[in-house]
Amino acid sequence: MRAVMRLNPEDRSKMGGRIVAGGQDVTRMSRRRLNRFRGAEAAMIFQEPLLALDPVYTIGMQIVETIRVHERISRADAWARALDLFERVQIPSPERRLNAYPHELSGGMRQRAMIALALACWPQLLLADEPTTALDASVQIQVLLLLRQLQRDLGLSIIFVTHDIGAAVEVADRIAVMYAGRIVEEASARDLINTPRHPYTIGLLKSRTHDAMVKEHKLDTIPGAPPDLANLPEGCAFAPRCYLAQDACRRGVPDLQQLEGGRTVRCRRIDRTAPELRSAAAQ
Amino acid sequence: MFAYAIQRILYTLPVMLGVSVVCFALVHIAPGDPLISILPPDASSELQERLRILYGFDRSYVEQFFMWLARVLQGDLGTSIASGRSVTLEVSRAVGNTLMLAAVATVLGFTLGCLFGFVAGYFSNSPLDKLASAAAVFGVSVPHYWLGIVLVIVFSVGLGWFPSSGAGPGGSANWRFDYEHALYLVLPAITMAVIPMGIVARTVRALVADILAQEFVIGLRARGLGQFHVFLHVVKNAAPTALAVMGVQMGYLLGGSILIEVVFSWPGTGMLLNTAIFQRDLPLLQGTILVLATFFVVLNLLVDLLQTALDPRIKR
Ligand code: SF4
Repeated sequence: MRAVMRLNPEDRSKMGGRIVAGGQDVTRMSRRRLNRFRGAEAAMIFQEPLLALDPVYTIGMQIVETIRVHERISRADAWARALDLFERVQIPSPERRLNAYPHELSGGMRQRAMIALALACWPQLLLADEPTTALDASVQIQVLLLLRQLQRDLGLSIIFVTHDIGAAVEVADRIAVMYAGRIVEEASARDLINTPRHPYTIGLLKSRTHDAMVKEHKLDTIPGAPPDLANLPEGCAFAPRCYLAQDACRRGVPDLQQLEGGRTVRCRRIDRTAPELRSAAAQ
Repeated sequence: MFAYAIQRILYTLPVMLGVSVVCFALVHIAPGDPLISILPPDASSELQERLRILYGFDRSYVEQFFMWLARVLQGDLGTSIASGRSVTLEVSRAVGNTLMLAAVATVLGFTLGCLFGFVAGYFSNSPLDKLASAAAVFGVSVPHYWLGIVLVIVFSVGLGWFPSSGAGPGGSANWRFDYEHALYLVLPAITMAVIPMGIVARTVRALVADILAQEFVIGLRARGLGQFHVFLHVVKNAAPTALAVMGVQMGYLLGGSILIEVVFSWPGTGMLLNTAIFQRDLPLLQGTILVLATFFVVLNLLVDLLQTALDPRIKR
């Protein structure tokens, strides 16, 4: 996520490949171009807004500053826009909240303020790095709905990273499931929940808590623990935990396979995953 | 904020009371009869008795304390035994000189300290950091009277650029803000600035490194803020703590410069304390210490209020 904005320290991280956003390769941008890109074309909301906002500036000051870094606009106009943004993200008494410091707001308010800040220069791309993980369950849903609505109203593209597949289902049009740093399955949200094809996705969907509660089942879990990223197993990274694993799986990383309906899966045994689920659904 | 200020000011009252008790007690804790130093060795016991009554030494300590306090509050710190002049006058003249020296040293030390601190913090673990940190360690650990003497040897005796001692032509009474007088300030101010420079540099380095490691800096860069804007944020985050440290250092500079003032014969409070001690001039000693302690308390109060005003995270 941070790589998209090239926020990782240059001297300590290596970057390969290309990152194309809005027809531009981020890896090749000059420092100047990069600063224009960040905030104005792509913006980011963080997992913990209390840490991601400057503690000694009011929220309003931070929004105004961001706007004025990118646009030639008077302080008063920038402030007016900040007020408008606060209304869009549904913060009550926005005037007072703009003058508050980050620590003076509640968690949900802070995340809304963070979203307002990210939208300050009307970016086309919004990167959301687990934006609801630190919030209470009831507030999580409000923030998800808000993001969904903003996305429609403003024509935003949102990349939403989460550990909670339920949240992903709630907000996403397309979902890419990642395991150990690789995309293992990508499909439209509907296809993915109805007919998951990768064993990991199947496991994830089974382990959602509300299934277990409704059917009075015990909670299904995926056995084992995620692998050490610095020391990945050879072949399919999911093999040690996969119920379909064969010796062939441990030889070389499986390729992404194109399936009908514009979906892709990284698994050698998808012939076995399709019927398996149908029988599970029939139960 | 206003209520906090009032509260904070009220807190200084018991501190000041404690300070005055200690100052008062000095005269009586000091070994020997306080009259010895003013009486000729062959004074008659009748004369001794007369003076004892004159100075109020025949009354109880509590009574003496309140009489003394009443006079102090009216601005009368008594009479110097050695010179026979008013202590208030002597102290206020010395305080003026010390303040001037301390102010210049503070500005110098704070500026250099911040500069080194920011460079070291921004480029931590680079050769630049090592260099700046070495300067800071030198600043806190070098004995400043020694540094003073070395500076005199090099720049006054050797190169002849700056005068070695005193407060300029005509002494402290004739001080003017001109080039000729300013020359006399240079060496003592540099010597004095070295310690706060080191301490501020170390504090600021730690602060800056700590701030730069925080997630909000990434947040700032993600908004497209350039180096300069991020720097402004770092400064604003570091300012309250850096100022507080500097405030305390300035307190030390006001009172703790005895050695420097003696080395450079600078007619300030440190020099005055030195004289008072060696001449056993108890009223002068008492008055000087009382004034210095008051400065320290007031300065701490100001720093506290300033820090509260600057840092929104401190609850008001
Ligand atoms: S490639 Fe093999 S081990 Fe990997 S997910 Fe598919 S079946 Fe499981």
